[in-house]
Amino acid sequence: MAQPTRARPVPTPETQHFWDGTRRGELRLQRCTACARSYFPPRPFCPACGSRKVEVYAASGKATLYSYVIHHRPAPGFTPPYAIAVVELAEGPRMMSNIVDCPQTPEALELDMPLDVVFEALDETITLPLFRPAKG
Amino acid sequence: MRPREIAVVGAAETTRLGVIPDMSQIELHADAALNALADAGLKPGDIDGIATAVETPQQIAHYLGITPTWVDGTSVGGCSFMLHVRHAAAAIAAGYCTTVLITHAESGRSGIGRPPRQVAPDSLAGQFEQPYGPMGPPSLFPIPVLRYMKTYGTTHEQLAMVAVVQREWAALNPRATFREPITVDDVLNSRMIAYPFRLLQCCLVTDGGGALILTSADRARDLPQKPVYVLGTGESVETPMVSQMESFTSSRAFRVAGPTAFREAGISHADVDHLMIYDAFAHLPLYGLGDLGFMPHADTGPFIAARQTAIGGKLPLNTNGGGLSYMHSGMYGMYALQESVRQMRGTAPAQVKGAKISVAHGVGGMFAASGTVVFTNEA
Repeated sequence: MAQPTRARPVPTPETQHFWDGTRRGELRLQRCTACARSYFPPRPFCPACGSRKVEVYAASGKATLYSYVIHHRPAPGFTPPYAIAVVELAEGPRMMSNIVDCPQTPEALELDMPLDVVFEALDETITLPLFRPAKG
Repeated sequence: MRPREIAVVGAAETTRLGVIPDMSQIELHADAALNALADAGLKPGDIDGIATAVETPQQIAHYLGITPTWVDGTSVGGCSFMLHVRHAAAAIAAGYCTTVLITHAESGRSGIGRPPRQVAPDSLAGQFEQPYGPMGPPSLFPIPVLRYMKTYGTTHEQLAMVAVVQREWAALNPRATFREPITVDDVLNSRMIAYPFRLLQCCLVTDGGGALILTSADRARDLPQKPVYVLGTGESVETPMVSQMESFTSSRAFRVAGPTAFREAGISHADVDHLMIYDAFAHLPLYGLGDLGFMPHADTGPFIAARQTAIGGKLPLNTNGGGLSYMHSGMYGMYALQESVRQMRGTAPAQVKGAKISVAHGVGGMFAASGTVVFTNEA
């Protein structure tokens, strides 16, 4: 029997570009061409001003650790303890993710530490953006 | 609705609270409703407005034999009942109905007749939160708290004191689930659930329910209970995804709902004799004290650590023991409202002497929603 895996996202027409991006190693955000604001999660209009004139672009993949919990209970696809984090992207929006290549401890997980995106394929269609401590 | 135009005339919880494996969720609704009707001296036929959450209004109306002219199925999480009070007060004032029954019940512990809670994998939360391993509220609700602590200098000990102080209140309450005293060390040595929160900083999981009956202040005069008047109310929603909150050091929904209710009631913070802040987890009273404007956020941890919300303190808070010690079936807002009503009737086990104004502030769906109700016992 297959090991239980983490919850698998199912894209919708409005989010497909994001998941197409991660599969190609790109973290795609959207930005409003009217008010220039970047936003997340995906939707085909700007949540700040309501304009439908928006564009998809590749974010830098740079972020900082904004907040987290370290979960100590069992979860499918995870070995506790593991951090459930929210990162703040250099472009402004925040997103939930996991922090990899890093001990899952309060000492190692310092708020505001710089992070870089990495991509982890769940299967042929879904790749998740995860983050690791920035090098150097 | 004008202040004091609408009153709570019936209020009751289920006969039992805790572990009730011999009753389904809908029967817990009915038990609470029948207790509230008896409390108000009314029959199901006297009810012409119905509000509930999670279960549908049609289910509760049919089960109880009620023919409503007004229904409200607002279901925004554990504070839904604060919103129901607000909507019911407006509906009665508008003449859509005369007497509203609000019910809550949840077989949160035993899971009898309770539909499973699931996040759809193609919802935004299903796509952009669930893959990272959250397993319900204990892993999601505390996500902002480390940022709060870093911003305001709140300490682990202060967050432990929330649980300690509420256990002291619970010790006075025969219906509270946990009544044994605990210390800060007990809290900080209890089992880690989701750092920074340990077991004693997380709410209980129990079975139970509660119901409220509201009518006009005029009709309230002919009913047996001392009326508890609705002075002001507020509501708002922000986001179903905790990761997408505008701020991690404040709740936008709190900042809308709370001040709206205070303005409508025409009260200042110094007028509040008794306060309930929905405490599914230990950080919520701190967010509430700050966002409702009682004090700057940086002072909330020290205020609680200095025992100002404890017995004999300046601002009695969560006097039933709260979600941390009294009970928590999954949607605790109803129990906060019940305690406010008891305090205004003068019948609470840990009665605040001479209390004239009580505020019940709720949160729902993590920080997705909020509702605030200001009550008074003065006509």
